[in-house]
Amino acid sequence: MSSGPPEGWHRLHPLSPVVRGGRLTIAFTIPLILIAFGSEKLSNEAFQLAIIGVLALAGVVSWLVTRWRIEDDDLRIETGLLRRQSLRFPLAQVQAIDVVRPGLARMFRVAELRLRMAGSSGGTARLAYVAEHEVEPLRDQLLALARGARHDEAATPAPSTDEKPEPQAEHVLATVPTGRLVASVLLENWWLVVVLVGLIVGLAVSPHTVGRALRGAGLVWALSMVTFVWRRFNQQYRLTVSDGPDGLHLRGGLIALTAEVIRPGRVQAVRLVEPLLWRPLGWCRLEVDIAGRQRRKGEGEAQRGQLHVLVPVGTRALGMELVDRLLPDRPRELSPPPRRVFWKSPFRYRALSWGRSDTVVATTSGRLRRVTCWVPLEKTQSLRHVQGPVQRRLRLASVHVDTAGRSAHATLRDRDATEAKQALADLTDLARVARRRPAVT
Amino acid sequence: MRRLEVGAPALLVLAGLAVAGALTGSAAAYGFAVGALVAGAIAWGIVGRRFGSWGYAEREDDLLVRRGVMFARLSVVPYGRMQFIDVTAGPLERSFGLATVRLHTAAAATDARIPGLEREEAARLRDRLAELGEAQAAGL
Repeated sequence: MSSGPPEGWHRLHPLSPVVRGGRLTIAFTIPLILIAFGSEKLSNEAFQLAIIGVLALAGVVSWLVTRWRIEDDDLRIETGLLRRQSLRFPLAQVQAIDVVRPGLARMFRVAELRLRMAGSSGGTARLAYVAEHEVEPLRDQLLALARGARHDEAATPAPSTDEKPEPQAEHVLATVPTGRLVASVLLENWWLVVVLVGLIVGLAVSPHTVGRALRGAGLVWALSMVTFVWRRFNQQYRLTVSDGPDGLHLRGGLIALTAEVIRPGRVQAVRLVEPLLWRPLGWCRLEVDIAGRQRRKGEGEAQRGQLHVLVPVGTRALGMELVDRLLPDRPRELSPPPRRVFWKSPFRYRALSWGRSDTVVATTSGRLRRVTCWVPLEKTQSLRHVQGPVQRRLRLASVHVDTAGRSAHATLRDRDATEAKQALADLTDLARVARRRPAVT
Repeated sequence: MRRLEVGAPALLVLAGLAVAGALTGSAAAYGFAVGALVAGAIAWGIVGRRFGSWGYAEREDDLLVRRGVMFARLSVVPYGRMQFIDVTAGPLERSFGLATVRLHTAAAATDARIPGLEREEAARLRDRLAELGEAQAAGL
């Protein structure tokens, strides 16, 4: 496997089953150590040993029967002993390639390569795990193939014996200071902080009652909240965005390191979020939506059901700079809705606005948590014009711009009825023109 | 014909209540029966209006689907964006020779459903859309 760029069939790294076992592995080494040091009798542990043996065997077998190769423009993975599975992933449809290194994998110097495809189920090709020094060249090669380069041409550079993992120059655009990240997470989840402080004070004042309340569901709830914050922190620690030859490179993470490449032509929507308490500080979070969901169980838990965070916390100027990079032709002027929207959404109407250029729609919404959303028109799936009873009374209507992404939908909320009709017609035409243009990937 | 989808359960309830009323002779059951009758009549009218609001139009590059009275919705689905097309027919629909055509795009929010089509029309629409979709297919 160390002989140059991949040609034939390859196996994964021999330590893969160990790493894949994750916590299970750790749990099982403890009895083994206990036995080794003689503090437990062997006969007592026979049952546990048998389980460990079976699992270890299963791991080895699954490693033996799994192999992969690059065939022309496809990545093929074959796996399974009894239920043989042959998966073929056309590289031209790759949406993004991630390199993920969980804590245990870092210990063994291996990494997982994840190819995200469009599609809702089974849309991810995983190579878990590949030796660390081979991952980056392999990713570059796959990306080059995905760009449509010829196979042999792409294989000549980036030999896997290269000491430096990233020979090409990367221009760092943004990174996140740890202190600011902590502050931002706490500020966004300020109610959580309030609850925690309340609990601590409560424990100090009357430990008995609070303790009793905590013992039940409260403890579970508190724990899940803590894991939520921790997950976010773990994922976004020292997240760095840099400009690479094939798109924006993202890398970061505290225990599980991830490295991702976002190809500009694959972005379905861009979202700038400004939570209430961030706004006095001028901070924002920038997220991009990419087709290809991660809903399988084995997926890294840090990324489930979330948009891709480009900048966890940064200044608005920085956010805008990156938006410009992703969508150069973003609309500069947003227009507010008519004043009578006040009667329908008294709180929201100040935050609502929309604008469009020839290729991008932008909308804003949210009084407390302000969200600005940009959708490139060539990525729109369908347009919907909706008018509810209250809206009709006020001669208003909304236009929804549906994208293939998960949650970033642009909505032109509460516009004047004639304007909405006009917008629907305009956007339909513009989207058609945008689709016809040869895609720049 | 769609009216029957609302009308049938209303009639059943009505008949059941009338029988119950006749058996027990209680005023309450008769009262409920009258209530059901009124509700059925109102529903009849609403369904009629809703039926009238359903509509679709095949344009050169996209399909328009309109629906709803209270919440008026108009969807524009470009042919090139269609991922697949469903034709379904429930038991009641089948007994009247009807079918529902549903369009799916890569966006989950797309809501383009055309119910109550004659079966031949549904088949024609499905084939036509599939053909157009193939001709204009665009990647993600």
